[in-house]
Amino acid sequence: MQKVTASQLIDRAAALLSDGSVSAVLGWKQGEFDYDITPAVFADEQALRDAFVWNDFCGANFSKYLLKATKKVDGKVLVFLKPCDTYSFNQLLTEHRFDRDKVYAIGIPCEGMADIDKVKAQSGDGIVSIACGETIQVTTLYNDAPVSVELADVLEERCANCKSKKHVAYDELLGDEGDVLDSARFDEVAQLEAMTPDERFAFWQEHLSRCIRCNACRDVCPACTCEKCVFDNPASGVENKAPANEFEEKMFHIIRAFHVAGRCTDCGECSRVCPQNIPLHLLNRKFIKDMNDNYGEYQAGAEVGSRAPLVDFTLDDPEAADVLDRRG
Amino acid sequence: MQVNGEFKPLIVAFCCNWCSYAGADLAGNNRLNYPAEVKIIRVPCSCRVNPTFILRAFQRGADGVILCGCHPGDCHYTSGNYYTRRRMAMLFSMLDYLGIERERTRVEWVSAAEGAKFAATMNDFVAQVTALGENKRLEDLRCKK
Ligand code: SF4
Ligand code: SF4
Ligand code: FES
Repeated sequence: MQKVTASQLIDRAAALLSDGSVSAVLGWKQGEFDYDITPAVFADEQALRDAFVWNDFCGANFSKYLLKATKKVDGKVLVFLKPCDTYSFNQLLTEHRFDRDKVYAIGIPCEGMADIDKVKAQSGDGIVSIACGETIQVTTLYNDAPVSVELADVLEERCANCKSKKHVAYDELLGDEGDVLDSARFDEVAQLEAMTPDERFAFWQEHLSRCIRCNACRDVCPACTCEKCVFDNPASGVENKAPANEFEEKMFHIIRAFHVAGRCTDCGECSRVCPQNIPLHLLNRKFIKDMNDNYGEYQAGAEVGSRAPLVDFTLDDPEAADVLDRRG
Repeated sequence: MQVNGEFKPLIVAFCCNWCSYAGADLAGNNRLNYPAEVKIIRVPCSCRVNPTFILRAFQRGADGVILCGCHPGDCHYTSGNYYTRRRMAMLFSMLDYLGIERERTRVEWVSAAEGAKFAATMNDFVAQVTALGENKRLEDLRCKK
């Protein structure tokens, strides 16, 4: 259960709207299903009271939405940011992607978000409605009584391995501040590194061959904000279309991960939205881990204006061969 | 590529204009041998090489890709090869992570005066890739002759 309630957020947003401090609110509203929560822009208090949602399914990171919202809206945009979202927020500021003066950011604590696939594994299919409270109450077509699911048992991967409950950017904080956590997020990367090349090849082959090139991972990514993307260029050899063969599958994924290397905050949005459940975070984290190991610890978005490892160097960086040998 | 039943690897060597390409020239002038399977692509600086170039070389049938530039500190543009060093280290490590043989990729610093080193490096790299055999894991069958 989340520590701040939807009504707390709505009241605060309504107050800021009515005194004119902000002219729009970026928040969550319900989509097709109870667990399908989508981002929305709210322009007045009535709209907030009618549709604003905050519960265990509000995974969407709003940082990237600020790019458009701050251009469209006259006056300030109020945005609610979970701790991990604030890293993306800073990273976008580092890249001068939106005007900080046009944003009023409210940090909100987060207890982690629920992964609907894990919920379904417990409740079964045929979900009719979901109510988030102390526990998550799932009503399905096939169970007489609602099934009660603990949030802690159905956390999204990125939340189970959360790197920080501390907000690195905000104008105002609702609820309590958390800490940067000692997360186990690189463990799975290390396990893969310990496998033989043949095992790794088979592992990735199995995952990447499922990719349908819907580009959701790129579209959602707060680090992917180029107006002209290489994947939209038919001459690039990696344009938007279903991969024709194994080469194209790998090409897309290597290029995607490489383009965000050093700028990826590990917010986990890409893996969350992938309809094929491809573990994209394992590619991103591989780059983060390698950069940490070889060029010093670096967390994208921890500070505004920091220099990412791939646009920096030192005179005695290890050679490519040494980087590989070190790991054996 | 199979020539008379014997495997001959196709090697793409990206060489920066100011050092390594001149080094290759010197190797030629001094009549030092290196295998004809090495196809040199001249680039203004090692840092011109975008990771896509490496992948595309594999796609078009390369069995090994080597990137040569000026020694660290000697780049004609002062610092290009320092960026190359990080970028290629990360890319090659990622390829290895995907299970693609690490022996198929290499970075080597070769100066304009090192004709002998150029030839020796190419001989060594070709032998290494020949031992591995054909590139199967990053191939694009549509590009096969
Ligand atoms: S979201 Fe998943 S299926 Fe869609 S392009 Fe990305 S990896 Fe492929
Ligand atoms: S690559 Fe994925 S984890 Fe990294 S910033 Fe983009 S969406 Fe977030
Ligand atoms: S000019 Fe040779 S590496 Fe930059």
